[in-house]
Amino acid sequence: MSRPRRDILWIPTFALLVGFAVPWPLWGVDRVVAGLPVWIWWHVGWLGLCTVLFSLFARSGAWERGMGLRPEADEDRRESPVAGGDRP
Amino acid sequence: MTLGLSLGIIVGYLLFALLVGLVAYRVSETTAEDYYLASRSFGTFVLLFTTFATLLSAFTFFGGPNLAFAAGPEWLIVMGTLDGVLFAVLWYAVGYKQWLIGNRHGYMTLGEMLGDRFGSVGLRALVAGVSLLWLFPYVMLQQMGAGEALVGLTDGAVPYWGGAALITAFMILYVVLAGMRGVAWTDTIQGLFMLSVVWIAAVWVLSAVGGVGAATGAMIDARPEFGTFGGGTYTVGFIVSSAVTIAFGVTMFPQINQRFFVAKSAETLKRSFALWPVLVLLLFLPAFMLGAWAAGMPVDVPEGANVLPVVLNEYTPAWFAALVIAGAMAAMMSSSDSMLLSGSSYFTRDLYRPVVNADASERREAWVARIGVAAFALLAFVASLFRPGTLIEVGSTAFSGFALLALPVICALYWRRTTRTGMVAGVLVPQVAYLAVVLSAVVEVVPTLPRTVAGGWDVALGLMALSALLTVGVSLLTAPTAEGDASRFAVAGD
Repeated sequence: MSRPRRDILWIPTFALLVGFAVPWPLWGVDRVVAGLPVWIWWHVGWLGLCTVLFSLFARSGAWERGMGLRPEADEDRRESPVAGGDRP
Repeated sequence: MTLGLSLGIIVGYLLFALLVGLVAYRVSETTAEDYYLASRSFGTFVLLFTTFATLLSAFTFFGGPNLAFAAGPEWLIVMGTLDGVLFAVLWYAVGYKQWLIGNRHGYMTLGEMLGDRFGSVGLRALVAGVSLLWLFPYVMLQQMGAGEALVGLTDGAVPYWGGAALITAFMILYVVLAGMRGVAWTDTIQGLFMLSVVWIAAVWVLSAVGGVGAATGAMIDARPEFGTFGGGTYTVGFIVSSAVTIAFGVTMFPQINQRFFVAKSAETLKRSFALWPVLVLLLFLPAFMLGAWAAGMPVDVPEGANVLPVVLNEYTPAWFAALVIAGAMAAMMSSSDSMLLSGSSYFTRDLYRPVVNADASERREAWVARIGVAAFALLAFVASLFRPGTLIEVGSTAFSGFALLALPVICALYWRRTTRTGMVAGVLVPQVAYLAVVLSAVVEVVPTLPRTVAGGWDVALGLMALSALLTVGVSLLTAPTAEGDASRFAVAGD
């Protein structure tokens, strides 16, 4: 798959990250592991995973492509003239 | 003696924060862009912490532990999910997009951006008006939090109104004297300070009660349901509605939304985005767990006091407890200042200048802003004396009100076909409906409308869906106006 097509995968990834930050599979579970309820550990680990994937997203260029920009053009972009025409 | 020491530390710390603001003010320029946006110059560290500290409000600090104490530690999951993950995604989808647009056209407020895109002063004023409306309960929440904190810390020696009045006075002083740069500087210091101090507090309390395992064990002995995920207050409906309404609401908060315009570069936004989940967790985990663990501790939380100060008072020396509360109050002060500052820019730029007096001089505008801030804070103080609900209830109401703005705004950002009439309908109708629900609980002559349905689902969630439907539906039925210009929101150069 080309890079822009692969970027689409970020949408379900984000949905999963948001959806399962709540430990739904552990609903009603009362086990305590290492001093804390196990579902709190799930959440802690999950947010760590989010940070890893978020930085991957930001660094891979998908961050810019998601807004229709070219990753490498980011720095010169502000100098380029405004396209898309002015008021009709 | 101890009372004097506690109060001395609190007032001293607040004065110190004020001093930092004044120094920042000295180095700032006198333009509006500098006063409100610090000349769009924030690096990662400052942006990250100033956004973070803005979230450090009484809602997080006192409301969160109180709820965890009363209903269980699941609040950590709710807040972590909405703030650490969902808000981060919106930070990209809404924040980065707004930054790109704002950078091109020099916008300073959400209303200005939308008003320009749709060629409508009315829409601009509507967005500003709605934002100011929901800002009111949130400022009030800070005053309530401060009042309750001092009751807890001093065991009632300082009355509720005293704490609320103290923070109101500092809020006004601060915002009148310093601008965004001042607020950002203290935010950064306070963010770091609170993060360290809350961990020290957790370690201190835990070592006094025999460690994490013992604290959790005692909590589960006292309240067996606290160890189980879900149940009680935490229904599926409650978890989902709270997470969605608060996360979307946060993006539309004037003080957060305005921060989407202040980053120096896209790199800054990226780094903040990636670090966000961990930073949020670092704060929430000790703060909310202390609240939950308190359920198993032999402490007596007086009616109308916050749990955190009571626990600190019991297990840590008086000076340390006072320092934590001082830090929390200073953080609340700086979040309130951000709110008031952003609120005043909404008021002067989107309401006063376009609607009331287009020819006002800069000087006059600055005075209107300052008087507006003082009046707003004082009114919120008066309202806070009536204590219309718990911290979480008042906070959630404000968040939901803002959340109703989010979907129309996202629609405008991403869908070129959005029309002015669509925006007005999508913003106005849900707001009126929600206001009716909220006011029906306050006004006695009308029957109280339900806030939640079918086991904890917030009506605001339904109204959010309505706002999206109306924006899209009405846009499809109406034609774009000649004054509107979709290309204003184009961000790609080709």
